[in-house]
Amino acid sequence: MEEHQHVVLTMRGICKSFPGVKALQDVDFTLRTGEIHALMGENGAGKSTLIKVLTGVYELDKGEIRLEGIDHPIVNRSPEEAQSKGISTVYQEVNLCPNLSVAENIYIGREPKKFGRIDWKTMNRLGAELLKSLDIDVDVTVPLGHYSIALQQMVAIARAVDMSAKVLILDEPTSSLDELEVEKLFTVMRKLKGQGVGIIFVTHFLEQVYEVCDRITVLRNGQLVGEYPVAQLPRLQLVAKMMGKDFDDLASIKSLRKHTPAEDVVISTERLGHSGTIKPFDLQIQKGQVVGLAGLLGSGRSELARCIYGTDRPDSGKLHVDGREFAASHPIDSMHAGMAYLPEDRKNEGIIADLSVRENIMIALQAKRGVFKLLSRKEQEEFTDKYIDLLQIKTSDRDAPVKSLSGGNQQKVILGRWLLTEPDFFILDEPTRGIDVGTKTEIQKLVLQLADQGTSVMFISSEIDEMLRTCDKMEVLRDGAKVAELDGDRMSQESIMASIAGGER
Amino acid sequence: MNEKLKRITHYRLFLPLICLALVLLVNMIKTPTFFHLSIKNGVLYGYTVDVVNRASELVILAVGMTLVVASSAGTDISVGAVMAVAGAVCCYILSGGAVSVNEYHAPWILGLLAALVAGTVCGAWNGFLVSRMKIQPMVATLILFTAGRGIAQLITKGQITYIRVESFKLLGANIPGIPLPTPIFIAIIVVLITSIVLKKTALGLYIEAVGINPTASRNVGIKSKQIIFFTYTFCGLLAGIAGMIATSRIYSADANNIGLNMELDAILAVALGGNSLGGGKFSISGSVIGAYTIQALTTTLYAMGVSADQIPVYKAIVVVIIVTLQSEEFNRYMRKFSARFAARKAEVAK
Repeated sequence: MEEHQHVVLTMRGICKSFPGVKALQDVDFTLRTGEIHALMGENGAGKSTLIKVLTGVYELDKGEIRLEGIDHPIVNRSPEEAQSKGISTVYQEVNLCPNLSVAENIYIGREPKKFGRIDWKTMNRLGAELLKSLDIDVDVTVPLGHYSIALQQMVAIARAVDMSAKVLILDEPTSSLDELEVEKLFTVMRKLKGQGVGIIFVTHFLEQVYEVCDRITVLRNGQLVGEYPVAQLPRLQLVAKMMGKDFDDLASIKSLRKHTPAEDVVISTERLGHSGTIKPFDLQIQKGQVVGLAGLLGSGRSELARCIYGTDRPDSGKLHVDGREFAASHPIDSMHAGMAYLPEDRKNEGIIADLSVRENIMIALQAKRGVFKLLSRKEQEEFTDKYIDLLQIKTSDRDAPVKSLSGGNQQKVILGRWLLTEPDFFILDEPTRGIDVGTKTEIQKLVLQLADQGTSVMFISSEIDEMLRTCDKMEVLRDGAKVAELDGDRMSQESIMASIAGGER
Repeated sequence: MNEKLKRITHYRLFLPLICLALVLLVNMIKTPTFFHLSIKNGVLYGYTVDVVNRASELVILAVGMTLVVASSAGTDISVGAVMAVAGAVCCYILSGGAVSVNEYHAPWILGLLAALVAGTVCGAWNGFLVSRMKIQPMVATLILFTAGRGIAQLITKGQITYIRVESFKLLGANIPGIPLPTPIFIAIIVVLITSIVLKKTALGLYIEAVGINPTASRNVGIKSKQIIFFTYTFCGLLAGIAGMIATSRIYSADANNIGLNMELDAILAVALGGNSLGGGKFSISGSVIGAYTIQALTTTLYAMGVSADQIPVYKAIVVVIIVTLQSEEFNRYMRKFSARFAARKAEVAK
């Protein structure tokens, strides 16, 4: 098959700088027809800059872009211009109109017409055919907003492909999808690949790269590290190339977890439930134990965490903390009981954007002490510096607003905030989402370290192997109910997937 | 040198102070007598004293308004009406229900306390509606904005209640032997106490946190609703204090005129002080400077002989200029402009 492929897009010697930063230095990129090409790199490696240069969002400083069928270097000044030449992009956030029908969304701006009016019949028929050819099963006359984000994304992809079928860029399309939806997306991608479309796939998820991609281009600090066929680049080497340094390989993390948790139960729930989200749930967490909650999005894993922490109030069952019955009427009660909670939605529920790094770190401890016992400025600065140092938070200044930090560093600030309160029980809901690989590894190590020091941890993640590496025990949820409790040797990718999928697979 | 200049211009209160200075500068040129001070019978007289004195109520209201804006990203438009309620309650108690009295019917302190309680209760009502009932601040406070003066009228039975006792006037005039009017001191005390409390406790931080992100604040253990309730209640208390000063100045409860349109000036003072009306980070000193700027402007216009009914027009023009100077959009435009100018200059030099 390789021989039939030919190059559809080449980028040579691409340079782009912003004031003070060389975002891209002499980067080459080649895309062939009928291939799925992963663009990998840590945050700030230059992935999005490269995409934006290609699609005309940014103007390039140096270098040339050539597209099959055009005999001179192309210059794109806007995404629309790029699209007219055959380069389409689908972003994580779908930018279509949810109140229009699926077919309208596909053909908006280029509707089939009859006697000067929109030919609805033809439009719906064409739309249905197009989606069917990609195995996407939707009713094209229904408003787009009725479907899940995943389906909306696929409609966006169908639209993009239908308009110009040479190069398709998928920029982190899977971040908000659950596993089954990802699987569906991959089916569509493979279909398109079969039709000869060249796909550039930007993602943070290593597993997905190995599942669907043919080739990987790795960037680091704005420079090209190399281009490799997937088969010739094992996972560990890929991570090493992205990080550009020797590091303990991801697999060795598990070996750190030798310690067995103590017998005493810190948290236990007895038929704890919340109508509409979680069915009566029994759970026991021992001192120094790391318990993982696995399940698809919407399976109730976050909701369970919220009920235990007290952001949501459970409406049935009991919660015991250190053997005593406990009911929080406000998160502060849970904090006094030794809990800490890193929420899933960092931007809306975690960081307080306009406050400084210092204020964001000290605020939980301050709330625990009470409004009248203000931490002195000196204490605040000491604590802040301690955690900036310990977690290696990259910030220009301890008084810089936390919103000026990158996502990974913001997450570290929130971790620091809670570590400062010295919790006995730490709930981490998707602590590594949207964070570069290096920081992910650091956070996983931190979790293990905490457990060794006797802190119990509840770890929620969409990445199963991340949990396999850190957890002592896994609770698998489906539709708000516990479907399996796995520990020791019974914990494996297969057993968890099987439990999540249940009888349907 | 350039670094130093940059640090000064980036200082938070730089623009509010420049605005105040500009208003004063106009006076220096147009009305040289503006800065003249004279002492008669041991009391200081002059336009500047007048500005600082007359601004007292506004300063006090602006302090409360700043906290309301910071915590809830909304404004309390009832403060003017609450001033009238406080004044009416006080006069009703001191006069025992009569229209005009020459001596107290109840101890003065009782009248004062009743007025402050009335203000606090009004504030608590607003706070309840905003924090518990989740009604938009503008709508919630609109209730007292419209009903407040009616309530005050009810209390005074639709008449202006006069308290013709010398000691009643002290709060709004000069205490014998002290050269400056009392309201100035009350305003200073309110600003000082508020600033100290905000500095010595975590309250200021909580208010900012709640204003920026109430959900995240709740997650770190801050009782967001309580904080919002508190700021409205405190704003009501301060409106009560301001109402007492205003009542004392005219030694009567004039339900129709006490604090009329003051809520708008108070909101303006907060904005002029460089505070975002979107909540979050705030500066009490900024609002105080804003309040004095507004009063300086009003007094300036009077000093220049502008008639009372024309003053709003001139005030509006100046306010537009000041607010534009401080707007982010305008500053971005100016930066772009100056960069282009510098580039052209460099080209010419070549």
